[in-house]
Amino acid sequence: MIQTSNDVMTWETVIGLEIHAQLATKTKIFSGSSTAFGAAPNTQANLVDLGYPGVLPVLNQNAVKMAVKFGLAVGASVATRSVFARKNYFYPDLPKGYQISQYELPIVEHGKMDILLEDGSTKTIRITRAHLEEDAGKSLHEDFHGFTGIDLNRAGTPLIEIVSEPDMRSAKEAVAYMKKIHTLVRYLDICDGNMQEGSFRCDANVSVRKVGAEKFGTRCEIKNLNSFRFIEKAINYEVARQIELIEGGGTVQQQTRLYDPDKGETRALRSKEEANDYRYFPDPDLLPVVLDDALINGIRASLPELPDEKAQRLVREFDLPAYDASVLTASRELSEFYEQVTALLKGDAKQNTKLAANWVMGEVSAALNRDSLEITESKVTAEALAVLLSRINDSTISGKLAKEVFEAMWSEGKSADAVIEEKGLKQITDSSAIEKAIDDIIAANPKQLADYRSGKDKLFAFFVGQVMKVTAGKANPSQVNELLKQKLAG
Amino acid sequence: MTELHTQTLAELSAGIKAKKFSSVELTRHFLNRIEKFDAELNAFITVTPELALTQAQAADARIAAGQASVLTGLPLAHKDIFCTDGVLTSCASKMLSNFVSPYDATVVARLKDQGVVMLGKTNMDEFAMGSSNETSYYGAVKNPWNLTKVPGGSSGGSAAAVAARIAPAATGTDTGGSIRQPAALTSLTGIKPTYGRVSRYGMIAFASSLDQGGVMCLSAEDAALLLQAMSGFDERDSTSVEMPVPDYRTTLNQPLKGLKIGLVKEFFEQGLSEENAKPVRDALAVYEQLGAQLVEVSLPNLPLSVPTYYVVAPAECSSNLSRFDGVRFGYRCDNPKDLMDLYTRSRAEGFGSEVKRRIMTGAYVLSAGYYDAYYLRAQKIRRLITEEFAAAFQKVDVLMGPTSPTTAFDIGAKVDDPVTMYLNDIYTIGANLAGLPAMSIPCGFLGGLPVGLQIIGSHFAEAKLLNVAHGYQQVTDWHKRMPERYA
Repeated sequence: MIQTSNDVMTWETVIGLEIHAQLATKTKIFSGSSTAFGAAPNTQANLVDLGYPGVLPVLNQNAVKMAVKFGLAVGASVATRSVFARKNYFYPDLPKGYQISQYELPIVEHGKMDILLEDGSTKTIRITRAHLEEDAGKSLHEDFHGFTGIDLNRAGTPLIEIVSEPDMRSAKEAVAYMKKIHTLVRYLDICDGNMQEGSFRCDANVSVRKVGAEKFGTRCEIKNLNSFRFIEKAINYEVARQIELIEGGGTVQQQTRLYDPDKGETRALRSKEEANDYRYFPDPDLLPVVLDDALINGIRASLPELPDEKAQRLVREFDLPAYDASVLTASRELSEFYEQVTALLKGDAKQNTKLAANWVMGEVSAALNRDSLEITESKVTAEALAVLLSRINDSTISGKLAKEVFEAMWSEGKSADAVIEEKGLKQITDSSAIEKAIDDIIAANPKQLADYRSGKDKLFAFFVGQVMKVTAGKANPSQVNELLKQKLAG
Repeated sequence: MTELHTQTLAELSAGIKAKKFSSVELTRHFLNRIEKFDAELNAFITVTPELALTQAQAADARIAAGQASVLTGLPLAHKDIFCTDGVLTSCASKMLSNFVSPYDATVVARLKDQGVVMLGKTNMDEFAMGSSNETSYYGAVKNPWNLTKVPGGSSGGSAAAVAARIAPAATGTDTGGSIRQPAALTSLTGIKPTYGRVSRYGMIAFASSLDQGGVMCLSAEDAALLLQAMSGFDERDSTSVEMPVPDYRTTLNQPLKGLKIGLVKEFFEQGLSEENAKPVRDALAVYEQLGAQLVEVSLPNLPLSVPTYYVVAPAECSSNLSRFDGVRFGYRCDNPKDLMDLYTRSRAEGFGSEVKRRIMTGAYVLSAGYYDAYYLRAQKIRRLITEEFAAAFQKVDVLMGPTSPTTAFDIGAKVDDPVTMYLNDIYTIGANLAGLPAMSIPCGFLGGLPVGLQIIGSHFAEAKLLNVAHGYQQVTDWHKRMPERYA
């Protein structure tokens, strides 16, 4: 990180993101080739993908439907007529010498996405547009001894490019927005969200200006960021670089920059003057995409409950704090796990939803993180967790012991009841046994009893502790409290 | 028996059916004629005798098994713009002089399915850019009516081959007149169908919104036979139209009484001498005798079709030809020192000057700051021209006029003057801009050189065009004339 002596508070950061999400279609956007990741180079590229003479693109209707889904989910207007255009430039991994994209008439325009800020408030990020386009292939610069290898398996994979307004004011906001879009596309089942494989990545447009300035500063575009951590680091580096540059008397040049995660810095790729004139024009090989209201309404009706709607419902129906609701809805799988647990619990709904929330966000998430597992791979299933929580509810075990049981369930794959049985952790709810223990302790501590009775209320905790000690923590805490009160009162 | 090469496809088909000759005999006959005459004509880039004879044998077996269609066993040549599996597909360019296509174009596949025999691939202007067949990497094609003259272009090889009767028919493509103008200059029947009627899949793109495949042959009836087999929706071409193909032969003989023929005023005003107009006027008189009615119509924006075309077509070609970059197929320069060198030298060395001229023009009209003034404006005029045609077809059944402003000109006469060369297509371009079907049929001679009559129809009115052309050919014999040297 560049050190800057000046007060960063006098500067405001302005960020807009262009997110590229690969659509989870089985075949490519304009050809019948498979889109599966990881095949041997160039084995998933047919003549259309290779841009052979005479071949023509044919639009994959599923890609269109997925883009519509996205548009509806971000409250955007979905164009009943959108047009594919050619973006012309030469590069070896772009077989036709042009990328088929959408330019003047994109399929989705004017959407929005709310993000939760650290202070608990909500901010709306405007989505300018989202358009359909084809991905390029990959250039492989290593291992070819002065040559470049080209893998065209990815060429023609459908993408939506989601362009935001410059509404974000910090790297954290940018990450929060990116995460919300990431969550959404996976809820919608239109993108696998795999950032390592490049299924979900973004370009960040970053500029700085003096707080209160009306005009935006000159921006730099950081290309191809494919992890939340890199986005934050790259933006922070770039902000510091720009501030230092301006404070040192320089000016920011409009540039495209690359983030080097090894060095933790961005470096110039090309300047505005070197930028291509893409010579966009409507692709004459493809008809305009015309959508009727029936199709759009059908897709609208088929949308799943969206993360924000679900979070709001959890707050409304279960009184969950907004923070808990946003954490639990961060992925469709996590929210499904959570809702499955709550549905299996009997008794007071509000109490159960909070109990389940604490456990899913606490023990379960911690164990998943520790073992680097996804929620779908959790070693304690939603059903098993519900049984464990039921044992707390029916006073078989205390909440504290339940954590011990959970660890055993996780590592040994046993049911809650089996662990409780095996370890003899069953809570003592037999009141005569608890009374016996209390009587013994009162008898053994006459001084404390006398002090208590003379008004030292704090000693109550001492007696609770003593009871729990002799029962190895298994005595039912509420029963202990109740009986102790009676006995101590005399 | 009449010489095989003087017969139409319809006659040859009947001959095969009546077992007068086999497909192998017929194919050999044409291969022999190619062998004998093509050296002077340069109509073919590739002749495929072995493949042709294999296909002819298969056709004969199919005929023997009673599974023949009307086209089974008939030979034909393909313009070298159509991809043909396992055969050089050069587009008459050095850029593709090593390109053996790994697949068949839809047109090629459909004719193959009918048992049509391919004789070879015909010469053309490089990437179909030209009106004289002089831009070919494989050299100019000669007009069989006079070997010092051009055959027209870009389908000049197909025209010369059929006119010299070294192939009974050939495919062509028409982006601005590339079927009709050479048909006119060599006394053939040529049809460019409605845009979207014939699949463009496997037809190497010049200007995607204008390109359309069609045929060049000896009669309207032959055109009907071939078009029938070539036409129809293709799921691999999004711009092909999902509409049933009528049986063109059933309507060929409908009477022409009451036919309303529109004479496009602008056609007769624009660059046409009275002498050149005479054969066309004579043809119109024949139609009047057949009971047709002549009505003058005006398309005021039609004179803008040439400048409009020379914005739209280069724009599309500049992008379409970007895939020829020396990376995956085609010509690659020797020892490129880096990527930019690979691109610039492969393209500089692989493309001819006319192709480069159009790529540069196209890149210019699409570039930032010029797009609105050129490309967008051209699209607006294109729309106006299309609307004017549509209005005309409210009043008349077909439009007629000359196909070409002049008869075949001397080889070399216009090569240094692109604008004069571009004006050859002054009458034909309108139909491409509007996506309309159009034909050229022989209607006479001037100074021993053929003259063509152009007939333009409304969208998907191919059956009407063929009917109108066939009616004329029933009462005239211009289409039966052939160059003496090749009789």
